[in-house]
Amino acid sequence: MHAAEGVELTRREAGVPTPLLGMLLFITSEVMFFGGLFAAYFNARAVHVGTWGPPAPAAELEILPIALPITIVLISSSFTMQLAVWAIRRGDQRAMRNWTALTLLLGIAFLAGQLYDYSTLGFGIGDGSFGTVFYTLTGFHGAHVFGGTVGLTILVARASQGQFSARNHVAVEAISFYWHFVDVVWIALFSTLYFLR
Amino acid sequence: MATTALSPTTESYRRSWVLEWLTTVDHKKIGILYIVNSFLFFFAAGILALVVRSELAVPGLQFLDERTYNQAFTMHGTIMIFLFVVPVLSGFSNYIVPLQLGAPDMAFPRINALSFWFLPLGGILIFSGYLFGGAAAEGWTLYTPLSAGTYSKGVGTDLWLVGLLLVGTASILGSINFVATIFKMRAPGMTLFRMPILVWTVLVTQTLILLATPVLAAGMIALFIDRNYGGSFFDPNAGGNPILWQHLFWFFGHPEVYIVILPAMGVVSEILPVFTRRPLFGYRAFVFATVAIGLLSFSVWAHHMFTTGQVYLPFFSFMTALIAVPTGVKFFNWMATLWRGSITFATPMLFALGFLSMFLIGGISGMVLSSPPIDFHLQDTYFVVAHLHYVFFGGSVFGVFAATYYWFPKMFGRRLNEGLGKIHFWLHFIGFNLAFFPMHILGLDGMPRRIADYSPDAGWTMWNLVSTAGAFMIAVSILPFLWNVAATFINGEPVGDDPWEGNTLEWATSSPPPPHNFDRLPPIRSERPVFDLRHRHDAERLAAEEATAHAVVEGGPS
Repeated sequence: MHAAEGVELTRREAGVPTPLLGMLLFITSEVMFFGGLFAAYFNARAVHVGTWGPPAPAAELEILPIALPITIVLISSSFTMQLAVWAIRRGDQRAMRNWTALTLLLGIAFLAGQLYDYSTLGFGIGDGSFGTVFYTLTGFHGAHVFGGTVGLTILVARASQGQFSARNHVAVEAISFYWHFVDVVWIALFSTLYFLR
Repeated sequence: MATTALSPTTESYRRSWVLEWLTTVDHKKIGILYIVNSFLFFFAAGILALVVRSELAVPGLQFLDERTYNQAFTMHGTIMIFLFVVPVLSGFSNYIVPLQLGAPDMAFPRINALSFWFLPLGGILIFSGYLFGGAAAEGWTLYTPLSAGTYSKGVGTDLWLVGLLLVGTASILGSINFVATIFKMRAPGMTLFRMPILVWTVLVTQTLILLATPVLAAGMIALFIDRNYGGSFFDPNAGGNPILWQHLFWFFGHPEVYIVILPAMGVVSEILPVFTRRPLFGYRAFVFATVAIGLLSFSVWAHHMFTTGQVYLPFFSFMTALIAVPTGVKFFNWMATLWRGSITFATPMLFALGFLSMFLIGGISGMVLSSPPIDFHLQDTYFVVAHLHYVFFGGSVFGVFAATYYWFPKMFGRRLNEGLGKIHFWLHFIGFNLAFFPMHILGLDGMPRRIADYSPDAGWTMWNLVSTAGAFMIAVSILPFLWNVAATFINGEPVGDDPWEGNTLEWATSSPPPPHNFDRLPPIRSERPVFDLRHRHDAERLAAEEATAHAVVEGGPS
């Protein structure tokens, strides 16, 4: 076989960029993970005898003063994240860095609010099946928000060194997908815990 | 031989051998690491199997007490499934799939290395229970409430959970890598329906891993919280539900069965065409059957839970029986490929044929168990143990050895000795049937699984003795295999780049391939590009003859 008969090893880069596909697949696995936890929640709820809710002294989850404000904070952070993505698609590095930094701050604010909420609730993970599913689900969501803030910190650091441009910013797109996903999980979780009484 | 290879000659730069293997991100080296690591765990878990079989050979407790016996079969099952069969097939996929796609590497080489290195760590964590007061002892399914803190106080169960979470994380990262590689790294001309069958089965397998493993991770985290932080997911006294564990476990666990068998089916479907000199019969039907098995696998998990009384029997029974349809399609493909082929009985082919016959028995006993009335009788008996070993061992492990003999020349440039290979196969095949066929009879006789002892009056002694003899025969069959590998490394004859006259792209490069896999690729116009390349002159000659024939007819006297 003469080498000349082989075809050139050129590859076309079309469709979804590979890192973005990787992130989408990771998010798919995360959907299944939270699916498992939500299944555990609804199972606990289904087999529960009596009123479903926090154990006796707390009696009911309060939407104010913490849960609703931090929900608004997290949802707004999805918008600021998307503004960062749009900025870098235009090639505006400064705006991208600032919107990402704001998203990071909102994420940290959410986590702080959640920790404060935990300290005021008056029941723990060992207090009946409600306590278990409440802390497991919100805790794992919080851990994912924390993971997102690590990603955002890296984005801000890289943006400060001018590493992103209109052509080259796949990391920003990927982290934004993850951040939106974490936000959507919270909307589902918030609705389940506070509205679906 | 070697006539079709494009023979790249580039040498990699030299560095310390140890450092190279510890830090490599080359999919071929990582593949070999996966395979070697998996075989080490295979031998460890195999020794545990011998321990279990020795204890069961005759009535009475000879070697172990119940507690150590429980640990032995739990570790045997866990290690065999999670640290041998799944990762060894991932290892072969890791080595072969990028080559078959004509790609230089996986899509995310460093994540590939990470997902390998989690495995030995996870395996050691699972085993380390033995050092801290006893390993997990609740069976590889770790059912609650037996595995809850109240009944399993030791730290072994926690180590099992943490180790398996690591292994699961590795699987998930690996699956992301495989799916991205298959969708993004195919060579020009390699359309989805020109992908080798192994790639298709790996694509479906890795999608199942991606969707199923996180659910088990959620379950294991829930159990860890129950055991260590006072949670009550599975504790009925505090409002939990022990059956939830079975749902979460089997929602992963049944797709897991296909995760283990589909790549082995892919291996066999690569080997049969090569050793029958025929194309795989019904390529597209095979692909659709593989996808169908993948889809159905998420609707059958509760057939493990018929006797809980908490699942809708007709639905899960029907869906389970439905799996026989795409599997039957595949058997038709395989039979029709063999039909009137010029078959050579080389060792890879023997193991592939062993796969077909043994997996068929496992599939049929699976259909028997899909019927709830029969399952109620056979639940947790040795019939189930026989069934699962015919699928996991008769199916997947025969596929693993077929793959080892088939791709060894690609990985190391030398072919394993055929004589020793055949001795290995026949000892393995006979030993396997001696060890596991009697378990069908024991199960029908009502012998429960996971017991350390049985009454001499039960009438189970003879078949248990036969089974134990078979288990030792399997162990003996590994010796010629190990000798073969060692001898081939020391003075095996180099056999060139394409000793089997293969069909797929891995045979178009040198053996072993260079770090970047290919300098040039043959044109890809079918699912058998190397076959096309080898017979390109035949095709030209046929076309020329046909043209001449036409010319004669048209130009002849009218």
